[in-house]
Amino acid sequence: MVIAPVVIYFLVMGAIHNISSTGTKDINKPIPWVIIITIFTPIALGLMIFGWYSLKGEYDKLPESSDELE
Amino acid sequence: MNTSTKGIGKVIFSSSLGTLIEWYDFYIFGMLAKTISVQFFPDGNETAALLSTLAIFAAGFLVRPFGALFFGRLGDLIGRKYTFLLTLVLMGSSTFLIGLIPSYKSIGMAAPLLVLLLRLIQGLALGGEYGGAATYVAEHAPDGRRGYFTAWIQTTATLGLFVALGIIMVVKGSMSDAAFTAEWGGWRYPFWLSILLVGVSIYIRLRMSESPVFAKLKSEKKTSVNPLKESFGHRANFKMVLLALFGAVMGQGVIWYTGQFYAQSFLENTVKIEFMQNREILLWAIGLATPFFLVFGALSDKIGRKWIMLAGMLLGVIFYRPIFGMLLKDADAKEWKQRNEGMRYVKKEGLINPLIKLDTIKRNNETLQITHVKETWQMSEGMRFTLSYADTAALIIQDPLAINDSAKPKIIFSAGPSNILWVKADQKPVYSDKILSPALKWKFIGLIWIMIIFVTMVYGPVAAFLVELFPTKIRYTSMSLPYHIGNGVFGGLVPFIATLLSTTFTSDPLVGLWYPIGVAALCFVIGALYLNNKIDKNIND
Repeated sequence: MVIAPVVIYFLVMGAIHNISSTGTKDINKPIPWVIIITIFTPIALGLMIFGWYSLKGEYDKLPESSDELE
Repeated sequence: MNTSTKGIGKVIFSSSLGTLIEWYDFYIFGMLAKTISVQFFPDGNETAALLSTLAIFAAGFLVRPFGALFFGRLGDLIGRKYTFLLTLVLMGSSTFLIGLIPSYKSIGMAAPLLVLLLRLIQGLALGGEYGGAATYVAEHAPDGRRGYFTAWIQTTATLGLFVALGIIMVVKGSMSDAAFTAEWGGWRYPFWLSILLVGVSIYIRLRMSESPVFAKLKSEKKTSVNPLKESFGHRANFKMVLLALFGAVMGQGVIWYTGQFYAQSFLENTVKIEFMQNREILLWAIGLATPFFLVFGALSDKIGRKWIMLAGMLLGVIFYRPIFGMLLKDADAKEWKQRNEGMRYVKKEGLINPLIKLDTIKRNNETLQITHVKETWQMSEGMRFTLSYADTAALIIQDPLAINDSAKPKIIFSAGPSNILWVKADQKPVYSDKILSPALKWKFIGLIWIMIIFVTMVYGPVAAFLVELFPTKIRYTSMSLPYHIGNGVFGGLVPFIATLLSTTFTSDPLVGLWYPIGVAALCFVIGALYLNNKIDKNIND
């Protein structure tokens, strides 16, 4: 649950730090950052949900048949 | 309980062939990234063009989860057979069409846009293919041997890479560099070949019958009405999708792509091994490691899937930096040159050596003379490399007393009238096109082979693992999405993110490895804590 927001924080800070219209390196272009942040945000959200489930003990016993998934 | 292996050979062959071809179609784009970047992007910044090509390559990976959702749903509604026939047609035709797009010089911006569109279609198709193929084989496989039989499907991704490399090498080796890289040159042939391969595979797949498990479900009218909702809307199943992704496939994806794709890109762009030898190293390593998919798939039937996959991730975390560091260190041509064992110039393709080109640039009151030098050297052990550097001299016509302090250290001499000064800029030598000695080549093959063994450990058992996690009626949907996020997003972005990191943190050539190492480490921890090592014998529920 903690790692997900930390990752997004670092990605956003990286974008703020590196994106520059006067920069000449490829890291200065906004598009790669926008794409990466857009892609990883829902995944980070999924990681937070996973963390929440694990804290609640949802993975303490895994289902052994499909009936338990109904 | 299914214990029969009758007909399984035909099932594996028909599924695997199509999947292999789809992987081949997907990978030739990445293998030819550098050549493609020159064709479909404007001249100028080579790194920008390569990065843009890698971005389009990555785009194909990023849409895979959407393909997984669309085709996974279709496969759970209408059946496995027709769904992954459709994915094959889409993949084959989009690959063929990429080979027909004119270059940027001919049609301008339409070129990269068309490439992007077709690449996205490739990604969607692949997103639907794997889940179908793995599910199809698993639903035919006998209990107790599911790991072994699905491992045949697992070989197809690496074999697809192998075929892509092999075909590119054969085509390139049969013509000059100029003929290969021309606008309508040999680099297009692997794309055009796809339509033939796909035609054969479609014919074979049309003769396949539907999965017996799904057919039974359909006859009993127990198929899902809304596989997407059942897969991701029901908490009990959704939490298993998350566990599959963060506890297994996320790490599997980065290990797969680092050990193969990133290794090839690293050898080409960072170590700068010559094109053909680079591919040869990969081919040998892949060929010698591929049987281990079956070894670890079979082993997982005996001891469980979990710890084999996690061991592969842990080994990657521990050994990636040392292995890649060794690749870089042993191919240090500057050190070779300093050793200077019987070194001599070499003639290459009839060109004189060294090749010297002089450019004169006038800028304001300044005239710059840039001498580009390209020397090809060979050592007595058979190692060879090209050394390129630019020697710059500036003729400055101005008041010499106005020269600022920062320019003074570079002044090498002043000649002639006092208002003319020559300033020599720094040389930046680049060592490229390195050819290793036979002994060193085999060492490199061994190092890449080791990394591909990690790949076989994480990937061999994963198909059976994913199939066993989900019920039949939503299996195609549920397993496809985490698989393609783990591989398409986490894994597929390895070359792109690694290149991005290395252009930012230029002092460490291995900085790009921190991304796969970090992801694999996190996945190892989650998987170790939460995955179950028990094998579900009954996948018919």
